[in-house]
Amino acid sequence: MSTVRAVLARARFYVREFSGEAAYDRYVAHARSHDPDAEVLTRRAFERARTDAREADPREGFRCC
Amino acid sequence: MPEPEATGTQRDTAGPGTSSGSPSPKSVAVWVLVGLVGALGWGVLALSRGEEISAAWLLAAALGSYAIGYRFYARFIAHRVLKVDATRATPAERLDNGVDFHPTDRRVLFGHHFAAVAGAGPLVGPVLAAQMGYLPGTIWIVAGVIFAGAVQDMVTLFFSTRRDGRSLGQMARDEIGPVGGAAALVAVFAIMIILLAVLALVIVNALAHSPWGVFSIGMTIPIAVFMGFYLRVLRPGRVTEVSLIGVALLLLAIVAGGWVAESSLAGTFTLEKETLVIWMVVYGFLASVLPVWMLLAPRDYLSTFMKIGTIALLAIGVVVAMPTLKMPAVTDFAARGDGPVFAGSMFPFVFITIACGALSGFHALVSSGTTPKMIQKETQVRMIGYGAMLTESFVAVMAIIAACIIEPGLFFAVNSPPGIIGTTVESASQAVTNFGFAISPEALTQAARDVEEASLLSRTGGAPTFALGMSEIFSSVVGGAGMKAFWYHFAIMFEALFILTTLDAGTRVGRFMLQDTLGNVHKSFRDVSWKPGVWFASAIVVGAWGYFLWVGIKDPLGGINQLFPLFGIANQLLAAVALAVCTTLLVKSGRLKWAWVTGVPLVWDATVTLTASYQKVFSEDVKVGFFAQRDKYQAGIDADKVLAPAKSMDDMHTIVTNATVDGVLCALFAVLIIVVLADALRTCVKAVRDPGSAKLSEVPWTESKIVAPAGLIATAEERAQLAAAAGRDSGGGQVKEPVG
Repeated sequence: MSTVRAVLARARFYVREFSGEAAYDRYVAHARSHDPDAEVLTRRAFERARTDAREADPREGFRCC
Repeated sequence: MPEPEATGTQRDTAGPGTSSGSPSPKSVAVWVLVGLVGALGWGVLALSRGEEISAAWLLAAALGSYAIGYRFYARFIAHRVLKVDATRATPAERLDNGVDFHPTDRRVLFGHHFAAVAGAGPLVGPVLAAQMGYLPGTIWIVAGVIFAGAVQDMVTLFFSTRRDGRSLGQMARDEIGPVGGAAALVAVFAIMIILLAVLALVIVNALAHSPWGVFSIGMTIPIAVFMGFYLRVLRPGRVTEVSLIGVALLLLAIVAGGWVAESSLAGTFTLEKETLVIWMVVYGFLASVLPVWMLLAPRDYLSTFMKIGTIALLAIGVVVAMPTLKMPAVTDFAARGDGPVFAGSMFPFVFITIACGALSGFHALVSSGTTPKMIQKETQVRMIGYGAMLTESFVAVMAIIAACIIEPGLFFAVNSPPGIIGTTVESASQAVTNFGFAISPEALTQAARDVEEASLLSRTGGAPTFALGMSEIFSSVVGGAGMKAFWYHFAIMFEALFILTTLDAGTRVGRFMLQDTLGNVHKSFRDVSWKPGVWFASAIVVGAWGYFLWVGIKDPLGGINQLFPLFGIANQLLAAVALAVCTTLLVKSGRLKWAWVTGVPLVWDATVTLTASYQKVFSEDVKVGFFAQRDKYQAGIDADKVLAPAKSMDDMHTIVTNATVDGVLCALFAVLIIVVLADALRTCVKAVRDPGSAKLSEVPWTESKIVAPAGLIATAEERAQLAAAAGRDSGGGQVKEPVG
C-alpha cells in the first residue's frame, strides 16, 4: 500500500512540476522561507503576474521548430 | 566512435556524478553489447541493397549509436573539455527567486527542455530528405547529432549557465565582439521570418481542400480560448485538469472533423490555398497582439501535452508494428541532384534539409535562455543538453521511418510540385513512373480515399507524408484500415497545433527584437506595453513571413522546394553562430587543445552552408541556382515566350521576382556567416597570441550547497550523498526531489 502511495505521490510531483502547477507553492515557500509572515500574492494574482511576464518578454519559454 | 581517452577514469573536478575507478566487468559487458547492437544495425543497413528491410535495423543502429555517444563522447566533453564543476553553484541556486530562477528537478527540466527544442522541424526535414533514400538522411541524423547537434546544445547550455543564463546574441556580443554580435542578431531575425513562412506553408499545403483538417484545426482556437478563461478566471493555475479537458475536446474535434467533411457543411470548410494564407496572416497578427493568457499560453499547454503523448505513442507504435522500409536505401536522385522534392545533390543539400534532429541552430536560443536559469548542477548539462537533443534526433529517425514505409510512388506523388507531376492522378502516375517508382492512378485515388481526402497530389511540406506514415503504423496496431483516416487527421492536427503555436510565439519574438531595434530610433518602441508600437511591429513581422508564405503558394516552381533550402541555410547559419561562440569561449578560456570539439562541427557546418549558398547563388543549373532561374525566365520574358511550368506571363514575372529575392537572401546569409566566422577567428587569434588579453564574462565561483545527481538515474554514491543531505536539513532545505 505504501509503495503504491509513494509511486502516486511521485507521479503527482512530476505532473505538477512539469505542468507548472507547482509554481505557486514554490513561490509561497520561497517567500516564507525568508520571512514566515511575508505578504504573498493570492494564487489568482500570482498566476496573472506569471502569464503577464511572458507578455513582456516573449523570449522566455520560447519553443523552436 | 568511442573516444579512447573518454572512459571513466577521469575524476578531476567532477565530484559527485562520476563513478570513480576503472569500469566493472559488468559495465564493460553491457557497453560491448550496446556497441554490437548498434554495429549490427549499421551493418544490415549498409549491406542490404535492393531488398526491403525492417525498420528495426534502423532503430538498432540509431539507439546503439546514441547510447555509445552519450556514455562516452558526452561524458568526455563534460568532464575533460568543459570540466563541469559539481561544487560550483548554478544561477538557479545563486539567484533563486522562486519564479524564473529556481533549481528544478533534472528530470522535470529535461522534459521542459525537450518540449522547448522539439517541434515540427524534426518531422519535416527528414521526410523531405527521404527523396534520396533512407540511408543518407539516417547517417546524417545520427552522426550529426552525436558530433555536432547535441554537442552544440550542451556546450551552449554550459557556457550560458556560467553567465547567468545570458542569451546567444548577448554572448556573441560579449565574447566575440560587436560586429559578430550584430550579425548574430540579424541572423536570428532573418531565420525567424523564413522559419515562420516555411512552417505556415507546411500547414497551408496540408489543409488546402481538406474540410476535415480545416474544421479540426479551426476548433483548436475556441478550445484554447476556453482553456485560457478557465485558467484566468475559473481556476487559476490548474494546468493539468484544464489540459486534460482540452485534449479530450481536441480528440472530439478530430472525430467531428470527419462528420463535418461528410455533411453539407463540407463546402464551407473547403478552402483554397489563397484563402488559407489570408486566414493564417490574420490569425498570426491577432494571436500575437492578444494577451498571452488568452490564446498562446493555453495552446502551448495543449501542444506540449499532444507532443509528448504522440511522440511516446509513435515510439511504441514503431516498435510494435516494426514496419518494413519500402524506399530504397539510396535513390538515383542522391547522385543526380535532380529530385522533385528539393533540387541539388546529396552534398550539401541533405545536410541543409535535415537541420532539426541533427544540428539545429535554433536550439542554441533555448539552451541559452530558460534552461540555464533552472538547472541545479553544472554536471547536468550532459543529461539535459546532450540527452534532450538525442531524444529529438530519435524523433527525426521516426519521421524518416514514417516517410520510408509508405509506397515510394505515393511518396513522390505527395511531395512533388504540380509543375512536375501535373494535377491529375493519371499525369502524376505517369510522372512518378518515369522517376522509376511505379504507382497506378487507382492506387493514388485509393490512398486519398483511405484517409478521406479529395486528393493527396502535391501535398508538399512533409506533414501529409508524415501523417500517412503515422496512420499506416497506428492503424496496423489499433483499429485497422478503418482507423486510417482518423490517425491521418490526428497526425495533421498534432503538427498543425504546434506550428500554429510557433507562428504566434515566433511572431512575438520577432516583434520584440524589432521593437528593441526601433527603440534606437524612437524611444517609445521599446515600451512593450505601448500598443501602437506593438501593432506596428507585429504587422511588419507578420507581413514579412506572410509575403514569403504568399510567394510559396504562388510559385510555379513549387514553394517548398524553393523555400526549404533557404530555411535550412538560415538554421545552419544560426548553428554556425552558436558553434563559433562555443569555440571562441573554449579558446579564450585556455582550452585551445579541445577547441576541435566544437571547431570541427563548426568547420563542417560552415562548409555545408557556404557550399549550399554558393550553389544556390552561382549554380548554372536552373533547378538549383536562383540567379540561373532568374536569367532563364527573364530571357523568356524578353523573348515574349512562356516557359513551363509557368502558364502565363504573370507566372514568368513571379518566378523572376521570387528567384531574385531568394537569391539575394541566400547571399546575405553567406555574408553573415563569413562575418561571424571572421570576427570569431580574430578574437581567437588574439586570445592565443596574448592569453592575458582574453576577458571572460564568467560569473565568479560560488560554492554550491545543493546535492543533486548528474544523470537520469542516481548512482550509489549520489544516493548516499542525497540521503546524507536529506538528514542534514530535514527542516526543508534545497533538496526538493523525492529521494529515490
